[in-house]
Order: sequence, then C-alpha cells, then structure tokens
Amino acid sequence: MAVFDILTYPDERLKQVSEPVAAFDQSLRDFIADLEQTRRTGPGAVGIAAPQVGQFIRVVIVDVSQMKKPVPNHGYLVLVNPEITEWEGYALGREGCLSVPDYTGNVIRAERVHLEACDPDGNPLTFDMEGFEARAVQHEMDHLDGLLFLDRLVSRRNDLFRRKVYKKS
Amino acid sequence: MSGWFMVTLVGADRAGIVAKVASALFEGGANLGEASMMRLGGNFTIMLMVRFGGSVKQLQSLLDNEAESLGLRLHVDRIEGGLHRHHIPDVRVTVYGADRAGIVAQVTSALAEAGLDITDLQSDVGGSETEPLYVMTIEGRAREGIEALRSALEIVHREGMDVDIEPIETLIG
Repeated sequence: MAVFDILTYPDERLKQVSEPVAAFDQSLRDFIADLEQTRRTGPGAVGIAAPQVGQFIRVVIVDVSQMKKPVPNHGYLVLVNPEITEWEGYALGREGCLSVPDYTGNVIRAERVHLEACDPDGNPLTFDMEGFEARAVQHEMDHLDGLLFLDRLVSRRNDLFRRKVYKKS
Repeated sequence: MSGWFMVTLVGADRAGIVAKVASALFEGGANLGEASMMRLGGNFTIMLMVRFGGSVKQLQSLLDNEAESLGLRLHVDRIEGGLHRHHIPDVRVTVYGADRAGIVAQVTSALAEAGLDITDLQSDVGGSETEPLYVMTIEGRAREGIEALRSALEIVHREGMDVDIEPIETLIG
C-alpha cells in the first residue's frame, strides 16, 4: 500500500471541485486502501478526502469510532459520491485539517444531517448522523467542493453562542 | 529582519486606525505576525507582533507620528517571538450573571488551582447601568480534567453566577 503526499494550503488544487465516481472497480478500491493508509499515517485525523491527496473524485473516509471521549458514530465509513440531503440545527466546533498544518479555528456546522452515498462497490448507503460524526462528514465533503474550514471560520470573539434546547414544562 | 517586538496601541476608537498603523509599519520595513484588536468599552486596543531589523527606538519612531495624530498611546517591547506557537484548548468555560466586583479574580484563581492553563479569556459587560450583566468566556487546557474545574466553580455557581463547562473536541480532517 502507498502513502500519498497531502496537498497543503495555499495549493490552488485544493479549490478544485471533484468529479463523481463513475466506475466502481478494483482501481477505486485500491485507491481507497491507500487513502486510508495515508489517513492513519497522519496525526490522528478522523477523516480524509480524495482531493487532499490530489485525486479529484468524490470519495471521503470518516471514522470517529476511536475518540478518547466516545461519540455517537457509524464506525469506519467510506463514502463515495456522498450527498447531504437534510440539515438540522447548528453547533460551533473547533476544526483543524491535514491540509492546513498548525492552525485550528471555530466553525459552525449543522448538528444533524441525513446523508446518502455509495460504498466502494456502488451499493447505496444512507445515514442519519449527529454531533462530531456529522461535523467530520461535513468537513470532508467540503473538500469535494473545493472548500476548507478556513472558508467557514467564525470570529473568536463574535461567534454565535450555542442555542440551548428549550425544555418542555 | 531579525528581532520580534510587541507593539501595543491604546486610545479612543475611530475609523481607519488599523490601516494607518499597518501601512506605517509596512512602509518602514516591518513585518506583522499575529495581531489582536479589540474595542473595550469604546476604547481601541491592539497588540501586534512585529518583526523588525532595528531597535525599540527605531520601531517606535516609525509609529510616533501616526500614534500622535490618532491620539493613541504607543508601547513597544522586544520579545521572544516567532510564528506557530498555537496551543489547542480542550475546554471552554462560560460564566455569566449579575456583575459584581472580584468575579474574574475568583473564577480565574479557582480554575488555575484546579489545573486550567488559560489560552484565551474574553469578557463583556452588558445589561443596564443599574443592573449590569457580566459574561466571561475562557478557553484553556484542563491539566487535571474537566471535573476538577466543575468542582472548583461550584462555589461561584452557588453564589448566583451561571457556569457552563464544555469540552472542546478539535476535529482534524
């Protein structure tokens, strides 16, 4: 298996929009294995997207099952041609990126999402996700549209306060 | 280009201060590192990390005219500086309630004793003249865990302030 070089900002290629995967073949599966190897070789990333290694196809890997403090999750996920079809709520969280070394910042993301995708064999997948896993998927999917978390930073001082859940009396 | 300096400017707020100060530094051959500007109670404050080849006096003289014309007090210190010294916080503490004297001292002392290294502190006063509301947000690294911070702020909560403590889980993707 190979470990790819990670593109880092301000590499212009990170702004490229990736193409949908059309062929679910062995070369796709080989690429995904190398992409996962690259993620594991890095500094504890919970996800990686194909464009981060210079492959402009709509493939992301997300795995938040190994967090120090456990979070709701669906385990190790390879998502091909993922699409978010529903968003709900919003939350502030701190993000960093393999493609933006030594910097983290606050980003607002949807708290819950409904996701449709394919697995590496082309079989359809659907997920309802929340919290940290939903954030990770949104972060990785942004790469497919040429966006980095830098594009979504909110001010340190003026960021939104988390909306409380109103309890029913 | 060798040394790093901390330039601090304080004064009444008005439009265009940052552009004028940054231009004076750039034209004088200085480079900026990290900077933090805030308006505190209607006053303008800024701290700039500046990389500059000359002395404190030479750097001061670059800004003397601008500072005087803008009505700002200028202070320059030589510092041990550099880029890339970020500490990622793992907890956010929010304290809010009716304003009263000593709240910052009480909260930060309790947190320090419970193992918090503060990386960022912001506070605001709102509400009315007669009933001021105080809001403080602190980010930091909890060396002894979050529960220790919770216990340490229990007394602040009992005295009528609301306290939220939540972990910051930094996503790397």
